[in-house]
Amino acid sequence: MKYIDEFQDPELARRLLDDIHATVTRPWALMEVCGGQTHSIIRHGLDQLLPDKVELIHGPGCPVCVTPLEVIDKALEIASRPGVIFCSFGDMLRVPGTGRDLFQVRGEGGDVRVVYSPLDALRIAQQNPDREVVFFGIGFETTAPPNAMTVHQARKLGIPNFSMLVSHVRVPPAIEAIMSSPSCRVQGFLAAGHVCSVMGVEEYPELAERFRVPIVVTGFEPLDILEGVRRAVRQLERGEHTVDNAYARAVRPEGNPAARAMLEDVFEVTDRAWRGIGVIPDSGWRLSPKYRDHDAEHRFSVGGIRTEEPAQCRSGEVLQGLLKPHECEAFGTLCTPRTPLGATMVSSEGACAAYYLYRRLDLPAGKAREASPVV
Amino acid sequence: MCLAVPGRVLDIEDRDGTRMATVDFGGVVKEVCLEYLPDLEVGEYAIVHVGFALQRLDEESARQTLELFAELGMLQEEFGDAWEMAAQEAGTVPVEEVRNQ
Ligand code: SF4
Repeated sequence: MKYIDEFQDPELARRLLDDIHATVTRPWALMEVCGGQTHSIIRHGLDQLLPDKVELIHGPGCPVCVTPLEVIDKALEIASRPGVIFCSFGDMLRVPGTGRDLFQVRGEGGDVRVVYSPLDALRIAQQNPDREVVFFGIGFETTAPPNAMTVHQARKLGIPNFSMLVSHVRVPPAIEAIMSSPSCRVQGFLAAGHVCSVMGVEEYPELAERFRVPIVVTGFEPLDILEGVRRAVRQLERGEHTVDNAYARAVRPEGNPAARAMLEDVFEVTDRAWRGIGVIPDSGWRLSPKYRDHDAEHRFSVGGIRTEEPAQCRSGEVLQGLLKPHECEAFGTLCTPRTPLGATMVSSEGACAAYYLYRRLDLPAGKAREASPVV
Repeated sequence: MCLAVPGRVLDIEDRDGTRMATVDFGGVVKEVCLEYLPDLEVGEYAIVHVGFALQRLDEESARQTLELFAELGMLQEEFGDAWEMAAQEAGTVPVEEVRNQ
């Protein structure tokens, strides 16, 4: 237990771990859905503290990683146009499109700006009425409500030069797709806490029942994750499969009703391609027809884009929990945060990046030399 | 980007018909929209994501989460200079440009 002294409350961590060790009689595979949880797990070595019989599989919960290449290429295309101010969250800057990224577009003279909030982009539009301001609206159910509110405000305040390139994704259909895959090994889920802060837990009982899989809403701190694992393993050992909220301090069953109402108004559910995985039915949101004037896809014709994923990158398998990052041939050699082949290496929440930053010693000797972290 | 960070409300005002707050995230102070949590009050803690308060949180949990995020470098990701970070990753120097925000 080499890391346990670093815990907020080492005593409680030890008690949770002891309980998990005492409960487990058979091998179980749990998927943590959220990339923030993946980072916390790898950083604190939680997977190494757990019994060998409990395997944590990293899920697709990193919005930057799953944004389809085609959408990135559309963003690059729009950002390169004269007269456009393209606004994005900072972690999209180095996500590789076909051949380049937003960082390079800016180097080539594109007006790409990083914003902290979508409302900042709206303000930029107000201040630059003669320019087209486009915001890159990606993310899960946590990010979608702020983006929805921003489009709503643009319409309410009549800001005609503001539009959004929307590529939002939803967690429950992803869980459904993962469970429906014939190669699926997942037996329990640690659901993403902050997604549930917004959406509540109402979408989960049906999934838990249909796939006979426990779903435990879990936070990000090491102790939260251990508690989530403990509850999931208990259920599995007893043959139960219910929805359990282990993050009650931030998640109410109904989520945030005001945010959910705004989502309903501004977006409509659509099929969405996930980078490396493919199309998952009903797994995304796009702007509803009422907000079409603020839809960048509608405003800029960016059709006919041909995309090309690097052949070596196996991030699709990583995102579905079929492959661990260091099992990828390119990991730490061809592919590093400095020269990322896939979005899972460049995103701060990506599984490949987590392994690269915290697990260099697991690399084969030849690779470890080249893999020096950049932070 | 997907992570929401807890912060403490310092003050609240109405701006263009929108309820806005100034929120302290362990030293970094940002403007936050309260439209999704309209009854949040000064001194309370909330989970904030990309400039929007999404759910209330008690003080102790907020403090612990902030410490963890600081330790994981996630506050730096969220509030640091994205261009500098991107340049560092790319192994180049940032392009000189007026910062527009
Ligand atoms: S290590 Fe790089 S190439 Fe391999 S799956 Fe991850 S992102 Fe793709």
